Amino acid sequence: MVDHLLGIYGLSKQEIYRYLDTASSFVEVSERDIKKVPTLRGKSIVHVFFEPSTRTLASFDIAGKRLSADTHNISASSSSVKKGETLLDTVRTLESMNPDVLVIRHSESGAAHFAARHLSRTAVINAGDGAHEHPTQALLDLLTLQQHFADRPQGIEGLRVGFVGDVLHSRVARSAIWAHCALGNSVRLVGPSTLVPRELEDVFAVGNVSVVNNLAKGLEGLDVVVCLRMQLERQDQYFVPSIDEYSKEYCVTEDLLRAVAPSSVVLHPGPMNRGVEIAGEVADGPRARIRQQVNNGVAVRMAALYLLARSQESREVVGE
Amino acid sequence: MSVESFVIEGGYLIDAKSQREGRYDVLLQDGVVAAVESPGAFKTATDVVRINAQEKWIIPGCIDLHVHLREPGEEWKETIRTGSEAAVLGGYTSICCMPNTKPANDSAEVTRFILEKAMDAGAARVLPIGAISVARHGKQLAPYTELAKAGCVAFSDDGDPVVDAGLMRRALEWCLMLGLPLACHEEDRNLSCGGCMNESPLSLKMGLKGFPGVAEDVMIARDIELARFTKGKIHICHVSTARGVELIRRAKNDGIAVTCEVAPHHLLLNEECVSAYDTNFKMMPPLKSHEDIEGLLDGLKDETIDAIASDHAPHDKDSKLVEFSRATVGILGLQTSLPLLVEMCLAGQLSRQRMVDLLSAGPARSFGLQGGSLAVGSIADVVVLDPNRQWAFSEDAIRSKSKNSPFVGRNLLGAVEDVFVQGKRVVHQGTLCNGV
Repeated sequence: MVDHLLGIYGLSKQEIYRYLDTASSFVEVSERDIKKVPTLRGKSIVHVFFEPSTRTLASFDIAGKRLSADTHNISASSSSVKKGETLLDTVRTLESMNPDVLVIRHSESGAAHFAARHLSRTAVINAGDGAHEHPTQALLDLLTLQQHFADRPQGIEGLRVGFVGDVLHSRVARSAIWAHCALGNSVRLVGPSTLVPRELEDVFAVGNVSVVNNLAKGLEGLDVVVCLRMQLERQDQYFVPSIDEYSKEYCVTEDLLRAVAPSSVVLHPGPMNRGVEIAGEVADGPRARIRQQVNNGVAVRMAALYLLARSQESREVVGE
Repeated sequence: MSVESFVIEGGYLIDAKSQREGRYDVLLQDGVVAAVESPGAFKTATDVVRINAQEKWIIPGCIDLHVHLREPGEEWKETIRTGSEAAVLGGYTSICCMPNTKPANDSAEVTRFILEKAMDAGAARVLPIGAISVARHGKQLAPYTELAKAGCVAFSDDGDPVVDAGLMRRALEWCLMLGLPLACHEEDRNLSCGGCMNESPLSLKMGLKGFPGVAEDVMIARDIELARFTKGKIHICHVSTARGVELIRRAKNDGIAVTCEVAPHHLLLNEECVSAYDTNFKMMPPLKSHEDIEGLLDGLKDETIDAIASDHAPHDKDSKLVEFSRATVGILGLQTSLPLLVEMCLAGQLSRQRMVDLLSAGPARSFGLQGGSLAVGSIADVVVLDPNRQWAFSEDAIRSKSKNSPFVGRNLLGAVEDVFVQGKRVVHQGTLCNGV
């Protein structure tokens, strides 16, 4: 069995901390003058992105290069997908070139799991599959919170965390909610019923997760507010009457946070719609940790690549 | 054509139509059930082939109201020959094939083509279902009278719902004159909206688009009301929701001409089967929750559900080896439905009478077909099966061209031994007879 990082679901608290501890140790590499360590020299990493992405791809690519791995980026627009090749053929073809890690981004839920199931010797990192999971995004949220709550005795455990907006379509939210459930945090999912269905409480029944429709009530007393991207086409699919109506009810503003969650920090996975799900003053204000998230993204992906590429290596040794 | 006469001796006969059950010997002669008598009654008969049915069940040949044979157009998935051979190996002596072929069965030419191919194959009796709309596009009525004269036994746009209620109304009125039912694929596409599994906490967890049960229910309700209004006959295909069963139950109580079928996979598999994104469990309608399954089981018991239909849907491996949302829908059913029902029966979930009714008399009643009975004088469609033999269902055992069954690797209870179609033996000791 090859190790993969396909999702946060199923990871134990210890496994999550293992990623975070490894990532913490890599943060410093990016602060050096010469931002490179030889850790993964001779390893090759292929990023195969079946869905457009700027920040995640850049983050993985930089992470791989800082560990001295050889990285190769394949995007759907330039790949054989356009020529009608199946996902299975694409990933099997890539595996034949003996990469150590395949980083996959795909618009369909389960795509990374599908690839992992049909590959025999390549570790797969899920860089986002449909509305399912985006595990490195959840880990970089946690690393960011670890830094913020460094002086807190329980660290990032026992926090009250809220996700605001389109939870229904958000892989970022799913991964992060599983992570907070593993840590024992209490989670509130805030938004209209169309985007935050009540059944989500059943999905995360193992944790302490509740759905709240009203924004002010939902934010009350939170330590962490995660704003989720609102996709503008949702109004055409009847999820919201209009973006205007949505933002009037659900845009997270500084006034509101000051009133109901004065000590909260704010995260956003990006890219942001300013004035829709997050007010500009919040995004640019002192509670926002959005740029730290991006910064930590590199360290988290270094950790994921390191742990998976190295686990390959130790197996080879055992195999001998 | 002169055929051999057979005496099936020592077996346990179960017939729902005549409500006869017990130890009987059966004489098949001239294509009909010539006599059913107490054990030993045919001891002195000469010029007969004797079949020892000790410890076996003798049941009417099963009738499948819902089969996709893929020919014409997708012969790499299935052909009329391979499908009808799989049918008899699975205990089905009559199968109704859906018109979603390429081209669709919306003309006498296609209907005749199917019947000729089926005649050549010489296995199960193939009964074509004609399209409700031309090319199944939902825009224009298909030529029902022409199709009926050519041999169609019902009409359906299965695979797609009939979106236009006005077209459905006129189709019901026309087909009422022919006395034929419309078999309805019930799905409101504005509600199902590309959903590829049951909408539930599990679909939310997996991030897959959900297909809510209400997408099926609202269309069942619409078609029941249209049947009430027109007095036409409707047959609801692959009911999968508890609410759908309840709507049909009430309609039957109101005296509306509605019948329905359920597929074995909707009874025996549930939505949790897809939790590893295994496309072999991707169905239309999707596998449901335990509550829906309870509703279906209630419908089986109180006879709201008339028939078990396999919805045999062959698909090649490549079309399943893709992302879950992009995979084709459906599974094979012809060789697994009867054993799975036998298993349910032996587990006490269904009486023997009820099981046989759902597989033979019920489907015959739904579409007004011959067969489905072992009463004297009935057409000699008969199955002899060993209810207690366990066998491993493997890809090698599959006669279909495609192998998409989630039951591969599973032990099945109930093995088909001998099968007769109109008095002609087509399966002997579980294998196809020569010349079939």
